[in-house]
Amino acid sequence: MRNGIRIVSNMGAANPLGGARAARKEAAELGLGDVAVAVVLGDDVSSIVKHRPELRLIENGEPLESILPNMISANAYLGADVVCEALNTGAPIVLSGRVADPSLFLAPMMHEFGWAYDDLPKIAQGTAAGHLLECTASVTGGCFGWPGKKDVPDLARNGFPFADVKADGSIVIGKTPNTGGRLDVMTCTEQLIYEIHDPTAYITPDCVLDITGVALTQESVDRVRVEHARARPATDTYKVNVGYADGYIGEGEVSYGGIDAVERAKWAAEIVKERLRQQGFTYDDFRVDLIGMSSLNGQVDKRPEPYEVRLRMAGRTGERKAAHAIGFEVRAMHMHGPGGAGGACEPRVRDVLAVKSVLLPKNMVNAQVVVEGSL
Amino acid sequence: MTVRVYDLAHARAGDKGNTSNISVICYDAKHWEFLERELTPERVAQAFKHIAKGPIRRHPLRNLKAFNFVIENALGGGVTVSLAQDIHGKSYSNVMLAIELPDPK
Repeated sequence: MRNGIRIVSNMGAANPLGGARAARKEAAELGLGDVAVAVVLGDDVSSIVKHRPELRLIENGEPLESILPNMISANAYLGADVVCEALNTGAPIVLSGRVADPSLFLAPMMHEFGWAYDDLPKIAQGTAAGHLLECTASVTGGCFGWPGKKDVPDLARNGFPFADVKADGSIVIGKTPNTGGRLDVMTCTEQLIYEIHDPTAYITPDCVLDITGVALTQESVDRVRVEHARARPATDTYKVNVGYADGYIGEGEVSYGGIDAVERAKWAAEIVKERLRQQGFTYDDFRVDLIGMSSLNGQVDKRPEPYEVRLRMAGRTGERKAAHAIGFEVRAMHMHGPGGAGGACEPRVRDVLAVKSVLLPKNMVNAQVVVEGSL
Repeated sequence: MTVRVYDLAHARAGDKGNTSNISVICYDAKHWEFLERELTPERVAQAFKHIAKGPIRRHPLRNLKAFNFVIENALGGGVTVSLAQDIHGKSYSNVMLAIELPDPK
């Protein structure tokens, strides 16, 4: 901040105003004085969508009404325009709630260079750069390395990425100097496709991005040029994530080792299931994993038997007692199951905050900027 | 003779709701046509049939010597409700890389 560097973040999370107060307090304690924070508000649309029960859930086509009684939150992914507006106030810090990740990076470019939404080639380039940067070290060697095949030097000190952006929309992605990790066409390609569905239509609040013409070129060590991103104009809706209470997940784990470890673990699973059934508990979804064989990719019958396995059982239910019973019965395998069980965990139960999405017309959302502190 | 996707390409899995997307990126552009011919959505569906209901769509990205596979109904309902340990399906790239194809040679 002493170097005039401004901070843009969506770490206001569910309470951007509270986040701003906390940031201002922290800044004062660091001796930076009265630091103004521009707060982006309006992503919380719960009071709007609760009057729109007819909105369709993207995931299953059901009306929003089906989950409204259990709704806990509803947040629109706001775009770069309102973040840019916040930057225009001059406040050194911009804090928002829900904003689409690439928009957080596009906004400073729009602010600095005066790009408007109708300048699609530049909005496209800025959005592509934002998408490459949004997962931080995932473009600099994180979530990437594979010994002997995709080696990453000094991954323990992998550096964060940045973008060098020019007013004409030219972009070079770089990595902070004197850090580990790697930044090259391979890491950028993985990140560019990451969490995109149709690559001709990656919908953000700012544009509809098309990456099928993008060229990535290694310019020098740890520098990759990004060219030819294209975009169509933004849609007239925001995507809204609606969070709602949806019962409980219960789980338990216990381990078996040595001779017939797998057979004993499978036997234990059958005993637990039978005891849950005897008590009349039912589950919307239920899962048995043998950690060490099938917990990630399934197909237990096709995997080689390891020396030891950890049985994990999990279920989702509307009834807390039924959720708790899973971990309780798995733990009971210590005393009341096959021989040689060890290391059971305490029964685990957690509330499920499920999320589904709707599209809300942009003109119904009141995205706005409030400045905390004096400029 | 067979070759694994792992031998020719790298991959990363991402999640959105109950949909997984897995990139397959050739190390060498000369293998792109081979993968276009052999790594069909049907073959991928076969490899994922115990994990995902589908449907599966394949988007070509010739410019990036890559493909993007979009696999629906793949994440146990989505990260917030899934019973899986790997709620994001990050490890699904393992399944993609292990798919065996006829040797291109």
